[in-house]
Amino acid sequence: MNWAIAIFQTVLFVALAPLLAGFLKFCKCRLQNRRAPSFLQPYRDLLKLTRKQPVISEDASWLFCVAPYIIFTMMVLAATVIPLIAVDMPTSESADVIVLVGFFAFARFFLALAGLDVGTAFGGMGSSREMTISSLAEPAMLMAVFTITMTASNTDLSGAIHHILNSGSTLHPSFVFALFALILVAVAETGRIPVDNPTTHLELTMIHEAMILEYSGRHLALIEWASQLKLMLYGVLIANLFFPWGIAQSFTFGALSFALIALVLKLVVLSIFLALAETAVAKMRLFRVQEYLGFAYLLGLLGMLSHIILESTR
Amino acid sequence: MILHLAYSAVLLSLASAVFALLQSRFKAIVFVLLGLSGASAIAAGIGELLDQIVLIDKIPLDLPWQAWHIRFDGLSAFFFLIIGIAVFVVSFYAPNYTRNEQKDPQSFAVLSLFTGLFIAGMMLVLLADDAFMFMIAWELMSVASYFLVAFQHENSANRRAAFLYLLMAEVGALLIILAFGVVASFSDGFTFDALRASEISTTWMSIAFGLALMGFGMKAGLVPIHVWLPEAHPVAPSHISALMSGVMLKVALYGLIRFCFDLLPEVHWQWGVVLLIVGTLSALSGILYAMMQQNLKRLLAYSSVENIGIIVMVLGLSMIFLANNHKELAALGLVAALFHAFNHALFKNLLFLGAGIIHHQTHELNIDMLGGLIKRMPQTSVLFLIGCMSISSLPLFNGFVSEWLAFQTALQVDVLDNGVLRSMIPVSAAALALTAALAAACFVKVFGLIFLGVPRSRHAEKAKEIDSFSMMIAPVILATLCFFFGIFPSVILDLLSGVTSHIIDATLPKTSVLTTLWLAPVSMQQASYSPLLILISVLITALVLFFFLHGKGAKKARIAPTWDCGFGALSPRMQYTSSAFTMPLRRIFATVFLIDEKVEKTMRENTKLNVAEVRYSLHIQDHSWVHVYQPIERGVNRIAKQVGRIQTGNIRTYLGYSLATLILLLWVVSL
Repeated sequence: MNWAIAIFQTVLFVALAPLLAGFLKFCKCRLQNRRAPSFLQPYRDLLKLTRKQPVISEDASWLFCVAPYIIFTMMVLAATVIPLIAVDMPTSESADVIVLVGFFAFARFFLALAGLDVGTAFGGMGSSREMTISSLAEPAMLMAVFTITMTASNTDLSGAIHHILNSGSTLHPSFVFALFALILVAVAETGRIPVDNPTTHLELTMIHEAMILEYSGRHLALIEWASQLKLMLYGVLIANLFFPWGIAQSFTFGALSFALIALVLKLVVLSIFLALAETAVAKMRLFRVQEYLGFAYLLGLLGMLSHIILESTR
Repeated sequence: MILHLAYSAVLLSLASAVFALLQSRFKAIVFVLLGLSGASAIAAGIGELLDQIVLIDKIPLDLPWQAWHIRFDGLSAFFFLIIGIAVFVVSFYAPNYTRNEQKDPQSFAVLSLFTGLFIAGMMLVLLADDAFMFMIAWELMSVASYFLVAFQHENSANRRAAFLYLLMAEVGALLIILAFGVVASFSDGFTFDALRASEISTTWMSIAFGLALMGFGMKAGLVPIHVWLPEAHPVAPSHISALMSGVMLKVALYGLIRFCFDLLPEVHWQWGVVLLIVGTLSALSGILYAMMQQNLKRLLAYSSVENIGIIVMVLGLSMIFLANNHKELAALGLVAALFHAFNHALFKNLLFLGAGIIHHQTHELNIDMLGGLIKRMPQTSVLFLIGCMSISSLPLFNGFVSEWLAFQTALQVDVLDNGVLRSMIPVSAAALALTAALAAACFVKVFGLIFLGVPRSRHAEKAKEIDSFSMMIAPVILATLCFFFGIFPSVILDLLSGVTSHIIDATLPKTSVLTTLWLAPVSMQQASYSPLLILISVLITALVLFFFLHGKGAKKARIAPTWDCGFGALSPRMQYTSSAFTMPLRRIFATVFLIDEKVEKTMRENTKLNVAEVRYSLHIQDHSWVHVYQPIERGVNRIAKQVGRIQTGNIRTYLGYSLATLILLLWVVSL
């Protein structure tokens, strides 16, 4: 039974990811006085791509064709770890938050290699920038996450969420720092404005799009879906780790459906905020990103220190 | 029995050295003996790790009143296992590799003689139970490896590298002797048992610790005393670099662990802090310098500095926990450090042997001259990819497990009382995260530029897969082990719990779970990792994906030329190079390097707009050369000049010196 719910939750995660991307696009269009496509447009795009014949460069190797599958698989695995509507899933025990970061690193490793595989300048450019930004983002992310896990003395996400739910509504100053650090990291890691612009093609500033420039057909569909999933993963991580109220602690139908409604509300609020930020803020220069991520790291560090100095019981 | 296996490992490697000298026509026997030596070392190591009985012996070899004391316990056995695996694998790889390296029969004899001595030296270091034997074995190891570094001595740069190596090895040995001497002066004798029982004051103990850290750190390659490493490793033949980087550095770590955790009567948390800082520094600067290298073997050497840094960092954590009386957590740290040492030996050997194959087939080690080898050398590329994934600590591979354990150790910091430590250790954990992420970036560069893309030179274009089965089997074994221990880490971790009970008299927390399926170092509630379950879910997801996307009606992919934006043919030179790939990080971490970047433009017909030619040169130097070694070098020269002043060449002055000495001595005697 537990396994069935775990698998259901993962499938739900994967299935809802394009919807979140569609909703985000809707919010952005509305804010920018444009007519928005339907929420379901990302699904249509994915379906269209899977039906098309993929074109592969003659310089590409097997790695180029395998990479999309690996990237997507890793995102699915990450989805099994992050509690979506219920905690204490049997799958979430197999990996903790450090392994979660490892899954992201795994996917990124192959995405960057795929960028280098065809041997064009754009691919190398994207890979180089992606690896640079992510290597700066990873410590900031871990610093933010460690603040939570040290409070809960538990690197398991379910355990951390339990701890936060049980500790009631006391305000932890360290969580505020960690929340902002994680939001900054999430924006950088999912390639949103101001770090990267997901809507650009063939611009010298692009990062994520530069790596996947040579992909087409079902390969592109997998990569697009994986990056939508990544956005959702970060969104749910932030929503459920810092605002876990509503998440199901028992596997009853009522609790699960309430959790689903709560989750949808949380994600709607989060995506409206993201759309607002993306509309209001301009994209940064590439060499400002380290200051941005350094700031995220600093916030994480402050969170950690305030946990140790202010909150620790010893 | 186990001890006899260990002896036979030493004797077999010595025998292979002797056979190399005999110049017999059957060169194969040299490698067979080497392989047997490796196999018996593996057997001895595993046997002792399972048996858990400390074996003690005496061999009357040394001075008449001083026998060699032998002791084979869990710690020695674990490092014996590491040496055994490396030697066993290299014995498959070396025959073919050396056939192409040698120019005349002497060179084969020299190479094999010193390889045998080098391996025997390393094994004897692990067996030693007194300071005399330890130092003799240590010197055997250092001097033999000097000749291996100097093997291709026709090149003056190689001679310089070898001399630098010898110099630093000897200075390091001197410091180790001093460290032993300090402890020995408070005890009756040089056997390790006597040293353990010494009644030494805290100050002198700290001095001994400092000397040992410098001495062993010089061999292990800790920043800033690592400079011999990136010079010496690239010039040795590849299988020797594999042994040096994969194994010899571990022997230095063995010395450090033996000295600090076992021989010194107690540990202090301040030492742990020193190790933590030095380790973090080495890890970060090691990987940053590795990133900037173009020579593959040099890059791998710098990456060894990084990994040794990580291990020392975790050892520091372990020491801090030990000094604060959290023995179980100290055991966790020690297990993490030892497991990382083991993993590093596996994947670094794999990468060095892979580099050797690449060099063998393309005669090129410059990353910027390679490219596209994945199509030309398919098997090698898969093996090298596994090495890159392990060293980048990606889940499912062995490097990840040890780094995960290191993070778990660091996150137990809440049990400490000292506020400074509690805020410092998470910061070092974040530095570890940065290191891991940079390592991933570095090895994306390595694999991407060497194996992917379009060939950048004719050598790379003409490259073919290696046709020697024996040369291929070595990396295959290592890659399999990397994957196996990534999925079933408990195999090694179980063995390691015995080691910690010998060294620090503690095992992992009782609530910890180590089964084939689960890995939970502290307790199942705190953190758990199950690589096997993850592997199964990967396979299921991949199958489902494949079923949906490649079912009926899936269109076959069309192969077409790369889109060139309509500007005409793409050329290999348009690809990103090593320096281009690392440019963002070079700019962000500019203060870490000494960068000498020059762009020269030649203009056509004296206009300012029409560029005829651009020359770009980039030279990156290690800070420690300019800020540590050159001042020392200048200082030594200056002192030497001052000393030279007393040499006037005038006979009267020398007579004056004699008279002064005589009077001084008479005064001393009369006291």
